[in-house]
Amino acid sequence: MKKGLSKAFLSLFVLAFLLMGVTAAQATVNLNMYYPVAVGGPITKVIDDMIGDFEKANPDIKVKAVYAGNYDDTRVKALAALKANQPVQLSVLFSIDVFELIDQGVIVPFDEFATSAEDKKWLASFYPALMENSKAKGKIWGIPFQRSTIVMYHNKDAFKEVGLDPNKPPTTWKDMVAVAQKLTKKDASGNVTRWGLHIPSTGYAYWMFQALCIQNGEVLMNLDGNRTYFDKPAVVDALQFWRDLAVKHKVMPEGTIDWGTLRQKFLEGATAMMWHTTGNLTAVREGAKFDFGVSMLPASKRLGSPTGGGNFYIFKKATPEERKAALKLIKFMTEPELTAKWSIATGYTATRADAYETDVLKKYVSEFPAAAVARDQFKYAIAEFATHENARNKKFLDDAIQNVLTGGKSAKDALKGAQGQAERVLKAYR
Amino acid sequence: MKLQRQIAGPVYAWLLLLPAAVLMVAFTHYPIVGGFIASFFSTGREGRPSKFIGLENYSSMIADPVFWQVLQNNAIYALGVIPISVSLAIFMAVCVNGRLPGRGIVRAAYFTPTILPMIAVANIWLFFYTPQIGLLDQICGLFNIPSHSWLGDTKTALGCMMVLAVWKDAGFFMIFFLAALQGIPPELEEAALIEGAGRWYFFRRVTLPLLMPTMLFVLVNATINSFKLVDHIFILTKGGPDNASSLLLYYIYEVAFGFWDTAYASTLTVVLLVILCLAAITQFRYMEKRVHYQ
Repeated sequence: MKKGLSKAFLSLFVLAFLLMGVTAAQATVNLNMYYPVAVGGPITKVIDDMIGDFEKANPDIKVKAVYAGNYDDTRVKALAALKANQPVQLSVLFSIDVFELIDQGVIVPFDEFATSAEDKKWLASFYPALMENSKAKGKIWGIPFQRSTIVMYHNKDAFKEVGLDPNKPPTTWKDMVAVAQKLTKKDASGNVTRWGLHIPSTGYAYWMFQALCIQNGEVLMNLDGNRTYFDKPAVVDALQFWRDLAVKHKVMPEGTIDWGTLRQKFLEGATAMMWHTTGNLTAVREGAKFDFGVSMLPASKRLGSPTGGGNFYIFKKATPEERKAALKLIKFMTEPELTAKWSIATGYTATRADAYETDVLKKYVSEFPAAAVARDQFKYAIAEFATHENARNKKFLDDAIQNVLTGGKSAKDALKGAQGQAERVLKAYR
Repeated sequence: MKLQRQIAGPVYAWLLLLPAAVLMVAFTHYPIVGGFIASFFSTGREGRPSKFIGLENYSSMIADPVFWQVLQNNAIYALGVIPISVSLAIFMAVCVNGRLPGRGIVRAAYFTPTILPMIAVANIWLFFYTPQIGLLDQICGLFNIPSHSWLGDTKTALGCMMVLAVWKDAGFFMIFFLAALQGIPPELEEAALIEGAGRWYFFRRVTLPLLMPTMLFVLVNATINSFKLVDHIFILTKGGPDNASSLLLYYIYEVAFGFWDTAYASTLTVVLLVILCLAAITQFRYMEKRVHYQ
């Protein structure tokens, strides 16, 4: 009897064990994600390491993270994969693609499954300026991950050379022009060997332009993403100022300036100051053979920069289990400690205030104060340009900017044209 | 028995053709027909399904200034790149066909651009063209020519693309001409020499006509290349500034995968197809009269 009982127990035990094994095998969730890299440095390795740590901590979740090019390439790949019914559950995509992704019906708002008190606390932990691009229709669709603002890099050696205080970069447009004129150097025959300033105008021309507009006291779109304000006088003035930097003040070369090669030009001393994303900070730090500084962008009527960069999105096609696993992954990747590590490895701004309270980032900022500039600029930052059919409206604006910068139409005519085009597209969304 | 053979013959032939036919239909003909049909529908979106709109895509295409600009750019690009790269290819082929010392090295050097992937090439040229620190500006600096934003100027951006395309294509075409030149029997040259024909006369009256079949092949390829190779645009300019260096296929990519307006992209693709068909037909018709295969 006793023997039989223990036998029964044993077999029950074995059965339970087997069942556990089966359920454990079933519970392994596979996640696929795409992510972009838009800045210099060995970013893919950093991401792989973070994912590796996550898998170690969560053996029941397998993550395949695929580097997919720049922001546009990544959106194309993610959407193409979804349309072809390939399993993709989450991705890091451009924060400003939020309306496009909603209109295509591919993403789910986080409010639907991040419902616990702890989740809500987590959602509220990010900088409000960064969440502006995540919100639409009263819901939260994206979680800030690789985020940035635009900052001004300056070559301290060049400042010293012309007798400027290297620790006092210009803080207003007027100052900036005066300083840049001093920094512009010509050789005996009158050819420029070093420019005072470079603001890039390919790739993300609208982004740089948005900074100028914010500083000039105007925004380019409403937060519902169905109206643009390209033809407002302050916007026209901002574009005129950009053009004037080359033709009137002669501190910047004429024509467009390439986004991709600008960092190299700054490192080679071909320009003394440049506007660029904070995401390039670490790459500049590693490549610079001279002393350089980083500061907030200068003000015309106010200080300001748009935020920029990529958010985590979860796709509608993910099953409830996959959504849960994806949420776990995103929470892991945005923990203060990892956020700090990520910020140091790239230069991207830490997305939440408590990351700056961690020991690693505290130490880093005290050694390298430039790392905190973007954070301090958050006070003045607003959402990056995002509308319905964003790629199209962005192109209208980019084309107008490039047309003016290469000496085509007047700022007023070009922007009026772009406004008309955007208006036709956006009417359907009001 | 006879009937069996009558059936078996064609069936056998069709079976042999089947694999190729399946691939052609799946990846060439079906997409063409599908694209043509899609060009009469609107692009579907969440809450706004795709519907038949007749010729509306075509009328908005005619009203689209960017379309006309990329078409014009593409015409200039083709008319510049094709004659230059083909004549350069013939010139290079004639040069390395002779018995000059180290011609193996020269041939390899001419052919190198072809084996490099376009994306890699474009990344190299990006730094050639970069103002101030780029190779081109460094050379210009030696002659005291002021620095210029080659890719950032609407007047020079397209030209820069064309130079790159010529550099990349000429070596590839040279290989075909070189092979053709090797096939020309040396007796012809000896006979011409005895008759007292000059080098240029010999080239014009003997070599060139014998190169004609190759010429047709190369021209067709060059034309197709100038419409279908746009990889370098992604790296160098993204079509800018203000669409100055954008080509038709690049614009199609932008519309299809940037704007996700697949219907309009299909419409543009139909135009591209028509252009390529017309070019191929004209070339075959015209050249056929002047081409004689040996």
